[in-house]
Amino acid sequence: MSLAEIKLPDYRELAPEVAERFQKIRQRPVILSVQGLEKSFGPVNDRHCVFSDISLDIHRREFICVIGASGCGKSTLIRIVAGLDDSTGGAIMLDGHGISGPGPDRGMVFQGYTLFPWLTVKRNVMFGLEMGGGSHSTCETEARQWLEIVGLSKFEDSYPHELSGGMKQRVAIARALANKPRILIMDEPFAALDAQTRCQMQAYLLQVWKKVDVTILFITHDLDEAAYLSDRILVMGANPGRVMEFIDNPIPRPRSVRQFISPEFLALKNRLEELIHPSFGAEDDEEKIPVIKMTEAGDEVE
Amino acid sequence: MPENRPAANRDWLGLKMELPPRRRLLLTILSFVIPLAVWAIVSYVPFIWHPLVMITDPGDVDYFTQGDEFPYADFLEQNKEMAAQHMKPAQGYRVNPVYLPPPHAVARAFFTAFKTPPRLPNEPWLHQSLGHSISTIFWGFFLSSIIGVPLGVLCGTYRFFSRLQEPFIEFFRYLPAPAFGALCVAILGIDDGPKIAIIFIGTFFQQVLVIGNTVRKVDPALIEAAQTLGARGWKLVRRVIIPASICDIYTDMRILLGWAWTYLIVAEVVGTMSGITFFINQQARYRNFDNVYAAIAMIGIIGFFSDLFLGWLGTVLFPWKRRNRSRSKSKVPTTGQLWPEKVEPVMTQALVHKKPELESNVAG
Repeated sequence: MSLAEIKLPDYRELAPEVAERFQKIRQRPVILSVQGLEKSFGPVNDRHCVFSDISLDIHRREFICVIGASGCGKSTLIRIVAGLDDSTGGAIMLDGHGISGPGPDRGMVFQGYTLFPWLTVKRNVMFGLEMGGGSHSTCETEARQWLEIVGLSKFEDSYPHELSGGMKQRVAIARALANKPRILIMDEPFAALDAQTRCQMQAYLLQVWKKVDVTILFITHDLDEAAYLSDRILVMGANPGRVMEFIDNPIPRPRSVRQFISPEFLALKNRLEELIHPSFGAEDDEEKIPVIKMTEAGDEVE
Repeated sequence: MPENRPAANRDWLGLKMELPPRRRLLLTILSFVIPLAVWAIVSYVPFIWHPLVMITDPGDVDYFTQGDEFPYADFLEQNKEMAAQHMKPAQGYRVNPVYLPPPHAVARAFFTAFKTPPRLPNEPWLHQSLGHSISTIFWGFFLSSIIGVPLGVLCGTYRFFSRLQEPFIEFFRYLPAPAFGALCVAILGIDDGPKIAIIFIGTFFQQVLVIGNTVRKVDPALIEAAQTLGARGWKLVRRVIIPASICDIYTDMRILLGWAWTYLIVAEVVGTMSGITFFINQQARYRNFDNVYAAIAMIGIIGFFSDLFLGWLGTVLFPWKRRNRSRSKSKVPTTGQLWPEKVEPVMTQALVHKKPELESNVAG
C-alpha cells in the first residue's frame, strides 16, 4: 500500500492552535528579509543561473527549514545570507539593514563541524566572544555557560579530535550561539552524523531553540528532519533554482518522535515528496536496470 | 591455534598492515645492522675484495718496499717470476685500499678524532670545526627563516603577495646556490659571510614557496567559520590562518633544515675552507680516512638526532596533534550518559528502542 492510498488530510489544513501560533509569529518583527535574490555566474553570453527571484521574510524566533533537490542552490542561498558569497541581484536585509560580508550577527554551523583543532573546546566557544573584544575572563565565564547549555562542561579542556561527531556539532552550536547572532544559519549540520545521533541532535536543537532567543535558518535534504524541526519549510526546485512553495508546517508543537506517524506529519511528508521527487507514488518510478538474470529458475528472492 | 592469531602476527609481508612493536623494533635495528654487516664482511673477510697487498718483506723484488701496498695481481706475478728465478719471494697480506677503513677503525676514530690535537697550532680541533659548521647552518637558516616564513605566510594568505613574489622566486630557486659562491666572496669577503649567504640562498627561495603552499592548504571552511564568528583582517591571520598551518610549517622547517645541511659542504668550500669540511679535507690529505668517515657520520648523527629532537619538540608545542591523548587519559567515556538530562524521556526511550548502543563511537 503506498502512502498515496492512505486517506490523508490536506497539509494546508491547520489545527486551530497551530493557526493561532502562526498568527502570533507573523506579528513578530522580521529579522531577515530576502528580496528577489538572484545568483548566476559565467560570461554574459553563457550565463548559468543558480537561482533567481528568491524572496522570503523570516520573523523573530522562527525556525525555517530549506529543502530542495541537489543543485537547487540552497547551499548557495545560505552562503549568500551568511555573507560568504556574493549575490548577483536582489537584496538581503537583516533587521532592516543591508549586509556586507560575513559577520557575527549571522552565526553559522557547518556540516563539517569546522571547530578549530588547535583550540580546546572552551577556547573554541570563546573565539567569537574574543573577536567581539570581550576580556578573557568574561569570555571564559560566558563560554562556560554555553558549554553548560550544550552539556559539555566536562569536556571544556578536551581538543575537538577527542570528541564524537555529535559532541563536536554541539560545540559548534555553542560557539555560534555564544556570539548571540540575530540569525543562526545551519548548513545540513547533522548530515554527517549516524541516524540515532542525528535524532538526538534534532531533539536537542529544539530544546536549545526554545530557551535561547535565536532565529534559525536550517538547510537539510532530509524531509523528516525538515518536518520535525520547522515552523515553515521553504521548498526549492532546481534548474533554475527557485522557490516552489513556502509551506506552513501543520504539525503542532511541542514536537516528539511520536508525531512521525501522525496524519499531519504524513500529509506534509507526502507533499514534500511530491515537490522534491515529482514521480513519487507513480507505478513506473522503479527504474529498470539492464541486468541479465544470473540465478536459477525458482530461486527468486522477491 | 595459529589461525586465531591476528593476521599481522602470522604475516611479515601483510599489505599496508602495521607490524607488532617487537617486529618494528627488530626491523629498525636491522636497517642499521645490514649495511654495517656488509661493510664488516668486506673489511674482515680476506678473500672478499681486498685488492691490495701490504708488503711485510719485499724479498728480492726490486720495486717492492716494506709497508707499501701493491695490487694483488702484481704481487702474484712478481712472486711467480721470483719462483722461476729461484729468488726470494715477497711476503705480505691482503688489504683493502686505505679509503675503506674497517668499522673498528672508524668507531675508534669517533673518540680519537676529538682527542687528537691538530697538527698545526692554528688549526681547529674537531669539536671546534663541528661547532663552526653548526653556527654557519644556524645563521644561514635563521636569517632565511625570519624573512622567508613571514613572506611565505603572506604569499599563502593573500593572492596579492603570491602574484607579486612567487613568479620571481620560482625562477630564482632554479639557480644553484653554489653558483653564487664567487659573487658572495666578492661581496662578503672570505670568512663566514659568503658561507652563510650560500645557505641562505639555498634555503630561502624554497622556504617561501613551500610555506606559501602549506598556508594555502589551510581548510577554507575554518576561515569561513572564523569570519562568521566576526574574525577579519589581521586577527583572522593571527588567530586562524597561522595556528591552522603552524604544525605543517614546523614540519616544512624540519625538511628545509635538512636541505640546509646539504648546502653546508659546498658553502664551507667557499672562501677560506672552514668547519667540518676543513676537517674532512685536512684528514683526507693526511690519509686518515677513518677520521673522514667518522666526521661524515657525525654530520649524519647530528642531523638525525636534531630531527628526532625537533619531532619530539613538535608534540610538546602542538598538543592538539597528539592523536592518542584521549586513549591514554580516557577522558571521554565510551558508555553511559553522554547526553544532558534535559532531553525528553520519550525521545531517549524511542532511540533506545531503535538501536540499543547509544552514541558510543567517541573519539573515533
